[in-house]
Amino acid sequence: MRRHIHLRWLALAAALALAGGATAADYPTAEVNTTGLAVTDDAVTVGILHSVTGTMAISESGSVEAEKLAIKQINDMGGVLGRKIEIIQEDGASDWPTFAEKARKLLVNDKVAAVMGCWTSASRKAVLPVFEKENGMLYYPTFYEGLEQSKNVIYTGQEATQQILAGLDWVAKEKGAKTFYLIGSDYIWPRTSNKIARKHIENVLGGKVVGEEYYPLGHTNFGSLINKIKLKKPDVIYSIVVGGSNVSWYKQLKAAGITSDKWTLLTISVTEDELLGIGGENAEGFYAAMKYFQSLDNENNKKFVAAFKEMWGDDSVIGDVTQAAYLGPWLWKLAVEKAGSFDIDKIAVASNGIEFTGAPEGYVRIHDSNHHLWSKTRIGRIKKDGQFDVIYESDLVEPNPFPEGYQ
Amino acid sequence: MITLTRRLVGSRSDLAALLVLAAVLLVVMPLTLDIFRLNLVGKYLTYAFVAVGLVLCWGYGGILSLGQGIFFGLGGYCMAMFLKLEASDPVTTAIQSTPGIPDFMDWNQLTELPWFWVPFESFAFTLFAILAVPTLFAFLIGVAMFKRRVTGVYFAIITQSVAAILTILIIGQQGLTGGVNGITDLRTLLGWDIRSDGAKYLLYFLNAALLLACIVAGRYILSGKVGKLLLALKDKEDRVRFSGYDVSNFKIFVFCVAALFSAIGGAMFTLQVGFMSPSFVGIVPSIEMVIFAAVGGRVSLIGAVYGTLLVNYGKTAFSESFPELWLFLMGALFIGVVMAFPDGLAGLIRSERLRRVFGRPPLAAVTRTGALAARDPAPPAASASADAALPHAPTGTDR
Repeated sequence: MRRHIHLRWLALAAALALAGGATAADYPTAEVNTTGLAVTDDAVTVGILHSVTGTMAISESGSVEAEKLAIKQINDMGGVLGRKIEIIQEDGASDWPTFAEKARKLLVNDKVAAVMGCWTSASRKAVLPVFEKENGMLYYPTFYEGLEQSKNVIYTGQEATQQILAGLDWVAKEKGAKTFYLIGSDYIWPRTSNKIARKHIENVLGGKVVGEEYYPLGHTNFGSLINKIKLKKPDVIYSIVVGGSNVSWYKQLKAAGITSDKWTLLTISVTEDELLGIGGENAEGFYAAMKYFQSLDNENNKKFVAAFKEMWGDDSVIGDVTQAAYLGPWLWKLAVEKAGSFDIDKIAVASNGIEFTGAPEGYVRIHDSNHHLWSKTRIGRIKKDGQFDVIYESDLVEPNPFPEGYQ
Repeated sequence: MITLTRRLVGSRSDLAALLVLAAVLLVVMPLTLDIFRLNLVGKYLTYAFVAVGLVLCWGYGGILSLGQGIFFGLGGYCMAMFLKLEASDPVTTAIQSTPGIPDFMDWNQLTELPWFWVPFESFAFTLFAILAVPTLFAFLIGVAMFKRRVTGVYFAIITQSVAAILTILIIGQQGLTGGVNGITDLRTLLGWDIRSDGAKYLLYFLNAALLLACIVAGRYILSGKVGKLLLALKDKEDRVRFSGYDVSNFKIFVFCVAALFSAIGGAMFTLQVGFMSPSFVGIVPSIEMVIFAAVGGRVSLIGAVYGTLLVNYGKTAFSESFPELWLFLMGALFIGVVMAFPDGLAGLIRSERLRRVFGRPPLAAVTRTGALAARDPAPPAASASADAALPHAPTGTDR
């Protein structure tokens, strides 16, 4: 059975590999590694830097699993430029300074050729100066607020406009929504996202924002907010509540009678991972705008989900970020093969315009200049079992981390 | 007659311990470690400032503060504000809606520099603020608490809540403070690239020298009248008060000194690590710093440095070798140290040394240096238990 699956992967791999059949002998180490990275004649070392302890562990462990799966699959089909990928894993411990320390360790001490890592914006902000100073390459998986672009980072998740605009357009068209109530956890991502959402609602859709509120991370009492929502009766509740707060937020909404039969709620912060904690029955019928859902019906995704479950157990759920994390090692492999080199400067340039057809979310392409991905945005309706019905799919959306008119 | 030198360095064995520490920090570490590891040690040593301060106020003064992260953070933020302003010149921030202000302000739709940021464009003011702001804040807390005779557990809880409040404030006011991300991407100090290897070496030595200076200053304070009174009021606050001393002033003083040391550590942290975030202000780091002092031995200024180094080395080593298990190993280390050596590393060394020299069990570390204890007919432990037996003992203000 296992062997059978490996053969399937090999077949897929053959289709994918741009430099198929490359061996290390074709690429002498001295030529493909001119900057002293950890590349030998038969191996190349990459780092994985996520929190496996602390509050973020529950979110980030999915990314670690996806990255290890991708690396294993790449190794099974012969590695990168004929070299097996070896992993050094470090724990960011949900602590931003620790992320910076470990990033420096991976780059300075271990000389890794690339790092798959980080999840929260805060951890990315903490390591970014390190990557720029030490000239490393980070593959960052989370959908995030944008307003950033670096030679040393490939952003495999969506930036804010990709995730937000398509979702708002959909809800305005399909539900005829005119009034919106914006809710978020109080930090940079929800605030920036709501800023973009407000501009789009007011300037493009001609709608109205009837309320905008923020609550600290970990907040659990939404009673007064729910009363205000009932008073204002918005057409759409737009929710960017993050992390553990989601559990109380959706349970209290349900208890207060705000359910999908009379209300429309659109979120950009709930994936399959969050629904494990919330319980699908508490948020049934509400909508989420993401680029990936585990229930996506395509061949790539079916293989990906099967391989993920085989490696990490049948109970695994796969959210948007987990899938984006899975893209990291593949995009790095493609960039190295296109550049014919492990050198960071060459990969940074070669990454521009790279296409990856094997992504579980479907075709993706790295933008020609900004290191973000072209990707589709989808609307999923939450089901009782914690999965989504995918009911809408946009065209490929151009990443635009510095959106004019939205700042 | 106690000479100044004697007050500064203490007895001959104390001097030896100080010299050994200086040799370890200034010679052994730089010679044996590469710049990456040395920079890490430099980061650990910034926590040692806090631990040394805790030895003064907790080990000697009996004031357990679970909020030293406040002062570490304030010192660090003052330094970070200066560095951030320097990194946010109009040219490098030209892409922003409002060039010339820190990037996070721009993301939060601020269009001009908030008033309290403006003075931090001056380096002289920044240095002053690093020392003055945390000390003044400690003074305010100290006056508010000690003048009302709030001590012991209540004081610990209040410092903890202040730490929590400050964290929430910083995170909530992200347009002004950088929020949960902190103040990141600091590059230069007066045009000098603090991220280069040369700068890291220099900052390491500056940091180690400042730490040694703080230890010597701590020695000086402890060897004088203030030190004796601190010990006395730790053991029997009421007796000191009845002797006519205004106890609260001494407590405020030592609490301010501890805050000052922490602030220097915080500022050095920002310089060496290149950013500051609210995760150093809150309850967890504050408690961690108490653990550093406890592991080192809470009545030993030098032990606190070793304790800090040991715990942080353990953290780094365990987490590099066992990324998924390391927290358990750290927990085991704490439990092990506390159970095996209640007086920390210093207690272990001190007892071994004394046993060798005198061939008998050592005196309690505190009574060795205590002055009033000699005047007190009953040993501290005995008097404490005697108090406990008294029905009307005024324990409300006791430890």
